[in-house]
Amino acid sequence: MRYDAPLSLTRRSVLTAGALTVAFAFVSRAFGQPTALAESQSSLKNTPWLDAWIRVDGDGHITVFTGKAELGQGIRTALTQVAAEELDVSPSGIELITADTWRTPDEGLTAGSHSMQDSGTAIRNAAANVRMRLTEAAAAAWGTSAAAIATTGDGHLGHRDGRRVSYGELARTLSLHVAALADVPLRDPAQFRTVGTPLPRLDIPAKLTGESAFLSDLRPPGMLHARVVRGPSEGTRLQSPDVAAVRARPGVVNVIQAGSFIAVVAEHEWTAITAMRDLERTPAVRSAPVTLSDDLFAGLQRLPAQEIPVLDTHGEAAIAVRAVTARYTRPWLSHGSIGPSCALAHFDGTVMTLWTHSQGIFNVRRFVAELLSLAPQNVHVIHAEGAGCYGQNGADDVAADAAFIAKAMPGRPIRLQWMREQEFGWEPLGPAMATELEAALDANQRIVSWRHEIWSNRHNNRPQSAGAVWIGGELEPAFRPQQGAPIPMPEGDGHRNSNPLYTLPNMHVVYHYLPDMPLRVSALRSLGAHVNVFSIECMMDELAKAGEVDPLALRLAHMQDERAVAVMQKAAERFGWSTRLPGDGRRGCGMGFARYKNIGAYCAIVMEIDLERTTGRIAMRRIVAAVDVGLAVNPDGVRNQIEGGIIQSLSWTSGEAVTFDHNGRTSLNWGSYPILRFADVPDSIDVFIVDRPHMPFLGVAEAAQGPTAAALGNALADAGIRLRDMPFSPQRVKAALSANRTPI
Amino acid sequence: MKARLSTLNVNGADHRVTADPSTPLLYVLRNDLRLNGAKYGCGLGQCGSCTVQVDGAAVFSCLIPVAAVQGRRVRTVEGLGTAAKPGILQQAFAIEQAAQCGYCTAGMIMRAQALLDQTPAPTDAMIRAQMQPNLCRCGTQLRVLRAVHRAVEMLRRQSAHAHSGP
Repeated sequence: MRYDAPLSLTRRSVLTAGALTVAFAFVSRAFGQPTALAESQSSLKNTPWLDAWIRVDGDGHITVFTGKAELGQGIRTALTQVAAEELDVSPSGIELITADTWRTPDEGLTAGSHSMQDSGTAIRNAAANVRMRLTEAAAAAWGTSAAAIATTGDGHLGHRDGRRVSYGELARTLSLHVAALADVPLRDPAQFRTVGTPLPRLDIPAKLTGESAFLSDLRPPGMLHARVVRGPSEGTRLQSPDVAAVRARPGVVNVIQAGSFIAVVAEHEWTAITAMRDLERTPAVRSAPVTLSDDLFAGLQRLPAQEIPVLDTHGEAAIAVRAVTARYTRPWLSHGSIGPSCALAHFDGTVMTLWTHSQGIFNVRRFVAELLSLAPQNVHVIHAEGAGCYGQNGADDVAADAAFIAKAMPGRPIRLQWMREQEFGWEPLGPAMATELEAALDANQRIVSWRHEIWSNRHNNRPQSAGAVWIGGELEPAFRPQQGAPIPMPEGDGHRNSNPLYTLPNMHVVYHYLPDMPLRVSALRSLGAHVNVFSIECMMDELAKAGEVDPLALRLAHMQDERAVAVMQKAAERFGWSTRLPGDGRRGCGMGFARYKNIGAYCAIVMEIDLERTTGRIAMRRIVAAVDVGLAVNPDGVRNQIEGGIIQSLSWTSGEAVTFDHNGRTSLNWGSYPILRFADVPDSIDVFIVDRPHMPFLGVAEAAQGPTAAALGNALADAGIRLRDMPFSPQRVKAALSANRTPI
Repeated sequence: MKARLSTLNVNGADHRVTADPSTPLLYVLRNDLRLNGAKYGCGLGQCGSCTVQVDGAAVFSCLIPVAAVQGRRVRTVEGLGTAAKPGILQQAFAIEQAAQCGYCTAGMIMRAQALLDQTPAPTDAMIRAQMQPNLCRCGTQLRVLRAVHRAVEMLRRQSAHAHSGP
């Protein structure tokens, strides 16, 4: 992680120095699109030029560009492996440049388990194109057929007759400013040297040793520390902060006030913090009306809704003999990033350079340009790693805050760190949701009808305009709030994964989309899939119980997708599903399955829990997962993502809730927000990969969220209590135990 | 309060810093000594990402004022090794790939180090109990536990090797 080069990198130097090809690659887009590329080539559709993705210098140095960002999900390593494989060089021979508005293709957000599909597919095909062009150049130079030439794995091409030439030598006369061709041959998976191996993550050594790895490790010369001053949570404002007193304090360089936005800037971080604390010593008043209800399901149902039909199918089916109806809910959740959001901004009078851990640097460029009335090309946004975000946390808001402060103080780099309570109180929350499902079985345990209704805000509120970040609403005049719409299917939003992958007749699925947000919400890992998969997969178990059929057997009887069957069978087999002991009021086993968005990764989770009846605590014993992510580039990276997704989903599902009453938010203390700790993590998690080396990438990161929640709900039901409202807190477990008086 | 000159012993070396004595150690480590290991997570002793050792014990550097560590030995993750020459726990974390975003990781390592300094062969229950104050949101806890167990095993072998002689 470096600050010195980019800080001195003015617009002029980018256009005049060695980076000429980058600027050219983007300009050239206006010259027209090349012939249609295969849909599967993903981000190449928007950025077809090879030199936008890959450059080979005359000395053989290879630079690869991605518009996606490393978020701790391991994408730097996986994309490096993909490039190395198709270029047939060692991963150590690749320099990967990630999300940077001046240097990399615009690949939109790094979100939605899309990075491998979008960028991985693009880089793979671009690299195959480059390899082909290098081979053709060698064939031309040697006057032979390309068929006689092959890569050697070390940055050279070799002829059957023994001649060798380096990529660098060929690159000196080869232009890569050409559009990628579709259907260029990819390397045979049987010959893979790098893809499919657990290459250790490239970013980990620095993180283990305190080398510069994070945005917060950037310390440009002359940097000042800033803090923003806000009320305790969204919907509040401070009554009368004593700005004059703080302005006069030694070490305070500036207090910026604009509308209701206040920021303090100091030489030393602790001075900025103590000044901020002094400014906060004034009562907070509610600035927004409270429209919340204590009863989550009723409260969400009462909000005005727009009906979005998802499925409405009609088919012949036998007569229903048993029906089950159930309602499921999830409260608002905090992203709970371990590091509060941070940004570093520097304005040189013309160009705003902004380091951010936002998942959408190209969006940041848009809203910062609008906020500060700068030309978008004069807003240079560079992704730098922060703590894991799992969706939209405070990253975008803090980036806008920092840019605004820096614009007011040209020449001084401004580091703005949100405090913990600001992150907790002001980040967008993961939306609360409610569902109602009804399904019926015939006399042969076949599902004959299926209804699934969802009540939810849209989860997609990623800021693209200045009115969508806090400061945009605080300035006077305020920027217009951003309008939005739910992400349509097949990706889906609140209705993501509400269309069961099972083959069922008579399906009626509808999303009651709630445009009004009682609380500011935005994307949390897997969007609506967490609740929809939880609902569907709990309903499958509720039906299995009603029909007295094994839950796995019921699923397999309604599943025609062979890859889905394979992961369910793999997880069940590795778990020992067929020989498990029946639930006995303490122990319980349960499973959950989904194909993420029905177009992404397949994931089946089987788990065993112990119910501590006296305390209501759920002890997570062992968990087995099976996943099919298509071609698995880095198997250990896949396992790490799935393990983490499981633990995070267990934390959400078993414990977490941002609480409110009719007076407003009641959870203000981060310390009491119950993120799963070491004492409560499972005894073991084993992840098995069903590898599909000839299949496209399906993404990984969000696949486990829904199936894990369902497996936990079903294991709990197997142990004696069916809970349908998250979180499964000890209080709720105990209440359910005393309600149904299950014999011990 | 006014800034005062203090001498801090960090990773075996004395450093003279001028700071308000009430400044939490974390800010002095990060800003004055430019050490990246300890992270700001909450400032409240609730997450452990700022964990360092003071006289061998794991402490929250976001809570302890710089005045309170005068004359005491402070150790950060930088004191355990470098990427080129990592210490035992750093090696074990690398082998187990015990990180995702990595923001909590240095704090995890320092809390584990404090345990291993006292108890070279801890049980799984002891390790879990020791690590309880430290939060990880990415869900790497099982990898962290594996890494600490691996470090224990590496230390045991190292010690057996040292005692067996040539």
